[in-house]
This record gives sequence, C-alpha cells and structure tokens, in this order.
Amino acid sequence: MLPEEVTKFIGQGGDVRIFEVEKGAIRKFADAINDRNPLYWDEEYARKSRYGAMVAPPGFFGWPTKWTGGSVFTSEATRELSDTLRKLGYGRGLAGGVECEFFQPIRAGDTLTATTVIKNIVEREGRTGKMVFIIRETTYTNQDDDLVAKERRIFIQR
Amino acid sequence: MAKQLYWEDIEVDDEVTPLAKVATTQMLVKWAGASGDFNPLHYEDTFAASQGVGKPVVHGRLKGAWLVQLVTEWIGEQGFLKKFSCRFRTVDYPRLMKTWNESQEGETWWCKGKVTKKYVEDGEHCLDCEIWVENGKGEVTTPGNATVILPSRG
Repeated sequence: MLPEEVTKFIGQGGDVRIFEVEKGAIRKFADAINDRNPLYWDEEYARKSRYGAMVAPPGFFGWPTKWTGGSVFTSEATRELSDTLRKLGYGRGLAGGVECEFFQPIRAGDTLTATTVIKNIVEREGRTGKMVFIIRETTYTNQDDDLVAKERRIFIQR
Repeated sequence: MAKQLYWEDIEVDDEVTPLAKVATTQMLVKWAGASGDFNPLHYEDTFAASQGVGKPVVHGRLKGAWLVQLVTEWIGEQGFLKKFSCRFRTVDYPRLMKTWNESQEGETWWCKGKVTKKYVEDGEHCLDCEIWVENGKGEVTTPGNATVILPSRG
C-alpha cells in the first residue's frame, strides 16, 4: 500500500504548457533518429503534399515556450512526487513506456497547449522488489482548439 | 519514400518492412538535445551505475521514435498513424564512437512488425500491428503496438 503522501498526487498536475512547433526543431528531431522523410525536411515538397506544410514526426510536439531546468517534461507536481518517492526508498528511476493517440497531424508553425495530469500511481512487485508506476497523461490541442494528440508516459521508481 | 501502401495490399500476419538502426553515444547526445530529455542516466557513467543499469542506456523514447519511423515509412505519406505504444522492457547500450562520425563495431538493432488485425471502423481502413525493437542478439527489448489508417482503393 502506498502512503497518502504519495497517492495524494493522483489527479494532480493540471499544469498547462505552451509548445511551439518550429521547423528547425522538427529537423533536429528527425536528424537525431536519422529519419530523412522529406515531409520533415523539404518545405517545398511538404507544401505540395496532402498536409500542405511541414509536419512533425508523430510523438514530437515541439518545445515549450518556457520551462524550468532539467527536462521539458517535468512539472512541479511530478518533481515533488519523485522526491517523495526517493525519500521513501524508491531512489532509482527509469522510463517504463509510452502510449500515444493521434487525432490530427501537427504542422510546423502550430502552437500547442499541453495539459498534463498524474493519472495514476500504482505499486507492483517486480523481480528486484517493489516498483512504483507513475502514469502521466498529456492532452495536446492546437491553435484552432482541435485536439491533436493524447500521450501517456509511464515512469517507474524502484 | 517507398511506394504508397493500400489497405487492400495487406493481410493479417504480413510483415512490416524492417528498419535497421544503430544506437551510438553520438545519437544519444543528439536525441537528448532534440527531445529535451537530459536525464544523466543516458550520458553519465557514475549516475547510470547508481541507478542499477551499469552504464548509460539508450533512451526508451528514442527506441520509440525508431518504431514510429518504422511504421510511418511503411504506411507511406497517405497513411496515418492513429495509435502507438511501446514498453521499455529491457535496456540497450549504445555503440561507442571510433571517429568523430563513425561508430565502433557492435550491435545493430532491428525494428520489426507484424499485422495482427485488418478492419474497417467508422469508414476508416485500419490495421493493428505488433511492433518491436530487437537487439543484436535477436531479443525483443521494446515491444509495442500500432494502429494505422491506410488509403483504400475503394
């Protein structure tokens, strides 16, 4: 059983960040994985495609307009939760997985609003002892208020 | 890009065209910068050891991005990736660099997939696929699933 000082974080977060999808950031992302799809590289090509503009590789959401050190993903609540778990002896962390659902393409020049909540925190018995799974969900909408993607990230502390 | 795939071209159990990848320490640096994941687990020996993984590991999300590329290359420009998920089951270690842009000999990873379901839903022509990353020993380190919408010949 996880103590209340941990479970109280379920449903917390709700922090909103603004992401800008710049074409340079798209190219840098595609370059990092060595993906030469012309939709990420060639503006002229992309303009004539069904998308009418350069698109972001699925799973890339651009960069937040501001964030406070460390990682672009972590919110205040996530950091507090991780610290709490660390003090309780779950000092090792590892990403566990990701799930995405895409509703619309994301294009260069889009501005996304990302809202993240801590959906669930569960404890499981693993091979090496107790592990805590933190599931966070981010909803992305674009400048036209269209829902473009939902993303769940699973982080494990043990 | 490969030629466009159509829903009618595919049957259950068909293979997704495999994609080879080589993770290098250089790729991890680029990925950190491009994705914003600056966890020292991926670049600092001492910290990685303290986290119980021995030495710096390949970012799970990087392997996830490979799998996205596997699927988007296969479905082509007229296809749409609707759902994607993967689990980071086993850690992978990047190849070290030999020169400023060449890696040492070592593991090559393969991204692979297989069609598990073919159906029409809300007028959309869909496929469900199992997808995964195999390490150099042929072990699945990163299993996942994808749902795609393909164009139909009508």
